Formats: sequence, structure tokens, C-alpha cells
Amino acid sequence: MAREQRIQLTVNGKSYEKTVPVRLSLADFIREHLHLTGTHLGCEHGVCGACTILVNGRSARSCLMLAVQADGADIVTIEGLRAEDGTRHPMQEAFHENFGLQCGYCTPGMLITTIELLQDNPNPDEQEIRETLSGNLCRCTGYQSIVNAVLAAARKAQSVENETGRAQKTGSRGKP
Amino acid sequence: MKPAWFDYYAPRSLEDALRILGDGGTDGRVLAGGQSLMPMLNCRILSPAVLVDINRIDTLNRLHVGTDSLTVGALVRHADLLRNAHVRDGWPLLAEATTQVAHPAIRNRGTVCGSVSHNDPSAEQPSVLLTLDGTIVIAGSAGRRELPAEEFFTGMLSTALEPGEMVVELRYPRPPAGTGAAFVEFARRLGDFAIAGAAAMLTMRDGVCEKARLTIVGMGEGPFRARAAEEVLTARRIGRKESKDAFAEAAARVTATVDPVDDVHTSSSYRRHLAGVMAVRALETALARTRGEQVG
Repeated sequence: MAREQRIQLTVNGKSYEKTVPVRLSLADFIREHLHLTGTHLGCEHGVCGACTILVNGRSARSCLMLAVQADGADIVTIEGLRAEDGTRHPMQEAFHENFGLQCGYCTPGMLITTIELLQDNPNPDEQEIRETLSGNLCRCTGYQSIVNAVLAAARKAQSVENETGRAQKTGSRGKP
Repeated sequence: MKPAWFDYYAPRSLEDALRILGDGGTDGRVLAGGQSLMPMLNCRILSPAVLVDINRIDTLNRLHVGTDSLTVGALVRHADLLRNAHVRDGWPLLAEATTQVAHPAIRNRGTVCGSVSHNDPSAEQPSVLLTLDGTIVIAGSAGRRELPAEEFFTGMLSTALEPGEMVVELRYPRPPAGTGAAFVEFARRLGDFAIAGAAAMLTMRDGVCEKARLTIVGMGEGPFRARAAEEVLTARRIGRKESKDAFAEAAARVTATVDPVDDVHTSSSYRRHLAGVMAVRALETALARTRGEQVG
């Protein structure tokens, strides 16, 4: 039985084909084989949430998947959040504006987790945000500023949507 | 790399998976969601020689809502249940317990069948299957067999699965009309392994309890069916007035019959106390729900 396998996958819109040991974790593959070191490893057994990435649009702990399991998958890591022109993702912007990070170690996992939350639930209340964040450990912020950041990101997305909606209704552009 | 070496297979059919698993004997393990198995591999608590990844077997994705029962295939994730309105409506106990399984990213990957097969004493899914009188469909190279939940869970991290066998499907009968159910648990942080929890289901007719089901979570040996407590409730009038005494009696029987363990989180005596508290909370909520009240 071969201890290595060839896999093909897409990470942040870029296609890769690599040969990997079957026991290699997806997290180690992303960091050491693709050199995308924005995905952080804390506990390596699914408790801390630092290594959370999007696999086919859904959040997953990359330390709890094997690289060979990602054959054919479409993956987004923190490096894939910025727009091509370098503009930060609205959630990154909200963390920046609201002091949602200090040392930054947990931040990649926090961002991926909260981006998925807003996709499923565009207007979460504080309790829902805290429930979602329960799987991501932060030892600096005390979480309050992270919760604030997510609330701010949700409000901003809602107001952008309202403005777009109004502009479409009245046929006008720009100011409401 | 943290896990020890293994031979990795990702078959496309159940037949192939069962053949490889059968050849692997006691050294073979099924990899589904991996949310319990991968930590055990990473920590080298387990080092199986053969890993059979079933994620490429499309037929195991089946989630079927029938008139009489719900069928959950081996690749149905916890999150799949929560995203299905028919499951939430027809099997609210299952949905309520599933919201308390770990965290979003883990619910996205982890499977219901995997949790049942693993039988961690603090896990939610085994207790729900037991409370709802579910059936486990098992496949091996010798064929299929079915077991009631009652006969499947045999102790801490132990089940009736033989080497070479795997759980392919779970079936949950649809709860009858007049039924109210609730799942509650207590953990040090939301989503952590429960220190204690309870799943309760009451079927009421004209104020009398026709059927009572109570399962306690977190007691060392896997889901604990509190029969002594069920007996004290069955065929009893449980109105608003009577419920306090009835549930206190049930809780006393729970604390007298559970067999909790000491561990790093808490003492066995505190766990025993908590089992009674969880039982009362679950029973109260279940009873309110038999009256159609929105609780919890």
C-alpha cells in the first residue's frame, strides 16, 4: 500500500497538484507544502479552532482532516479573504476597527468562523455570536471586542444591503 | 506528522469498504467525519494499521424523512440535521441535542453515525437514539443486521460492533402525538463535553403519563437509561400541581441508580447531584412541550 498519494485541489482560487504522505494533516499540508502559514495550529486535536478553514464553503478544523481527504476540494484560508486589489474582507476590516485581535494567533480561525456565521445568519444577536465563537479560543481579548467586531460587520452588511435595495427601488444611485 | 503510519483506502462503494475493513480485522478503522477519530490518531491513543475513509461513498449520504421514521446514513453530518426543517419539526429532541454537539466547524464534519459508533459517555447522539427507541443498521462482509439502541451500547466507548462491521444507518421512529421532549446538558464551556446531561420524552394523554423516557448523559458507561425513574412516572397523573413531586421522585431515583466517575473535571458525587438536576430540567421542559408551550 502506497504511503503517498497524489492529490489535486483548489486553495484560494489557485489549483495545486501535489504528492503527499497519507498521514499528513490538511493543516500541515497548507502550512508546510503550500507555505500558506496564515492558518495557525494551536492544539492539533480540534479544541482551539485556530486552524479553521473553509472546505467546499463550510468551516472545518484543518488539523482534523487528512490532506488526502481534500483531494478535489475547494479550500479558502485566511490568505484568500483579501480582494485581489488588497482590500480587506469586511470581517477583517471590522476586526481591525473594533480591536478584535491582540496577538493575532486565533484570528484566522475567528475570521473564517464568523464569516460562515454571517453567511448562514446575516443578523445574529450577541448570544448567537458567542455560541458560535465557543469553538474558538482567544487568550488575549476576553472576546468582547471580537463580539463587537462581528456585530459591527453584520450591521455594516445590512446597511449596505438596505442602501442597495433602496437604490434599486427608486432607480437612483448614491445617497438614500 | 502526528499520527502513526496507516494504510489509507478511500473506496467508492460500500462493498469495497466492507471488504477492506474485513481484511483489516481488529486493525481496521472507519474514517467518516473524523472529529473523534482524528484527535485520537493525532494523540496516538489509537494507531490502526488500516484506515477506511468512507467519505467517497455517495450512497451513505442518505437522509430520508419518512412517514413513520427518519433514516440517517453514515455520512450525514450533525449540521445536515440542523439544516433540515422536516427533522426539526418531526424529531425536535434530535435537533435540540444536535445544537449542543461541540461547535459549528465540528458539526459540519462530524457524523451522527460516527458519534453513535464511538459511544463517548458524554456524547449527545447515543442518548437521543436510546431515548427515541432508535435502531442501528450494521453492515459487515457477512451481511446486514439490525439492533435496537438498547442492545447496541455496551459500555464506555464500547458497542456491539464486531471487527469488520460498521454502522451504515440509524432509524428514529416518529414520536407519537402528545409527546414532548427535551435535551439539556451542563458543560464547563458551551460545546464542551458534557459533565452531565439528560434526554427526556413524555407522552401524555388526558393528563396521565402514558410513556416516559429518561436517559442520562455523562455517567461513565455511556447513555444510561433511567428505568427506575421512568417507572415512577409511567401511568401517573402529572398535571401542573403534581409535576414537582413526580419529577423530584424521578430525580431521586436517578441519583440513586447512576454510576458516575471521578475525573479531571469534577467529582463523582457532584456528577451524581447534577444528573438529578438535569433530569428535572429535562422533564419539566418536556412536560411543558406536551402542552404545546414554547420552552427553552
